Amino acid sequence: MISSVASGLRVIGRLTVDGIWHLGAASRFMSIVLMRSAMTFRRYRLLIDEIYFAGALSLIIIVVSGLFVGLVLGLQGYETLKRYGSAEAVGTLVALSLVRELGPVVSALLFASRAGSAITAEIGIMKSTQQLSAMEMMAVDPYARVVAPMFWGGFISMPLLAAIFSAMGIFGGYLITVVVIGVDAGAFWSQMQANVDFRGDILNGVIKSVVFGAAVTAIAVFEGYDAPPTAEGVSHAVTRTVVTSALTVLALDFVLTAFMFTGV
Amino acid sequence: MLSCPLEYQPQEYNLKGNVDSESLVEFDGVDFSYGATPILRNVSIGFPKGKIIAIMGGSGSGKTTLLRLIGGQLKPDQGTVRFEGDAINSMSHARLYALRRRMGMLFQFGALFTDLSVFENVAFPYREHLQLPESMIRDLVLMKLHAVGLRGAHDLKPAELSGGMARRVALARAIALDPRLIMYDEPFAGLDPISVAIIANLIRRLNSALGATSIIVTHDLEASFKIVDYVYFIAEGEIVAQGTPEDLYESEEPYVQQFVQGESDGPVRFHYPAGRYDADLGMSVE
Repeated sequence: MISSVASGLRVIGRLTVDGIWHLGAASRFMSIVLMRSAMTFRRYRLLIDEIYFAGALSLIIIVVSGLFVGLVLGLQGYETLKRYGSAEAVGTLVALSLVRELGPVVSALLFASRAGSAITAEIGIMKSTQQLSAMEMMAVDPYARVVAPMFWGGFISMPLLAAIFSAMGIFGGYLITVVVIGVDAGAFWSQMQANVDFRGDILNGVIKSVVFGAAVTAIAVFEGYDAPPTAEGVSHAVTRTVVTSALTVLALDFVLTAFMFTGV
Repeated sequence: MLSCPLEYQPQEYNLKGNVDSESLVEFDGVDFSYGATPILRNVSIGFPKGKIIAIMGGSGSGKTTLLRLIGGQLKPDQGTVRFEGDAINSMSHARLYALRRRMGMLFQFGALFTDLSVFENVAFPYREHLQLPESMIRDLVLMKLHAVGLRGAHDLKPAELSGGMARRVALARAIALDPRLIMYDEPFAGLDPISVAIIANLIRRLNSALGATSIIVTHDLEASFKIVDYVYFIAEGEIVAQGTPEDLYESEEPYVQQFVQGESDGPVRFHYPAGRYDADLGMSVE
């Protein structure tokens, strides 16, 4: 009995120490990346390439997902609001749902799956095939040349993708409720315009997407750089990026929502 | 056009004093371990300017670790690694990167950037370090590729190259900035005999043409002994033998004997350390 309790405590202790060590390593890694970011902005071509890689190549999944989320929101919202005789408020419901929550959160989850996993895989494979070591030996700092542009590319792309997601979602909501069901277009847009506040809703949504972008991209670059240089190591690192990013985004969303919208 | 005979006759000179003033790279009492596993113990050796020196030894003996210590990618637990008298292990980040511009390294499988063409791989150091017009970069890249016989392959991607060709492209990239020191990590591993001869010939020719110093980590006796001037033999973290290739052929050191004769058992055991065989098989032990 005592030995099993001691064994359990040992496991908890080891996991705690490992977790703290990992967090410390990630913090140290990100501080190095930030300190060596000057090249990213001096040689903006590197940044543009990474915005293309993380942002432009994620557009299809973001646009299509945004459209479908908007279609579903429109349908569900209309069916619910109709019962209370306020079907015209569906525009407000769709817009607030998207700009406050679904836009930043769902696009961050999709971004982690598409771009985050690709960033981790690319850095991990570069490490396992000694490309990063080769770069170091050519007197080129891989933090400055590879990791920092990827981090900033993802950081800049994520809020833009979240905005596109929300825009497509609103378009989807408009399509299903106004064009298909026949809700009045004027009511749809005017309700939205009257009830969506720029600072309280849109700006807070943008802040969320910036925080999520930083978190997801930081996790992706760290997991790639920290991956053991084997096929299995890279594969596990990609999985960790997606899982850790998803949990981090959802946890951060709760914290940010508590501060922004409930006055905690 | 670079030229040098393939059959090279080593010069007579004495390295037995280890660390000497003419060394480009020096190890002085270097200890290194990965965690609790010791890799190098009190290693003191020198790599004289203009020579080709091989580091030989069995797998896992610490050969590649020596190269990584020279490149500053690892730091010794004790002792000093010096390049032209400057201690590498205590250099700042900026000084270390400045020093690396004077080094070139050929990795075991080339380590080419897979998303770049052959041309762009070789152009990479020029684009990163020098502000040169595109026409000059093109000329320099084609000259380096010509030196390794692959000027005609400049448009290919690394995935389209054979193992030997990839290593030659990596060699062209390693010598792009005309380094003082060229390090080769297992340059002959996994190559066919023709490619081995080509790489060996290139190592000798480029070392002469650039006036560089070359360090080759290898366990290929036949190919390396044709081109190297001096050999350090490493086993269990220590330099157990050194000398010209002829000296090593005649060495009576058990590690060297086993290596040269290609014997499966000797000081380097065939069996990894284990408990009693009969006990592992669950048989009764009297």
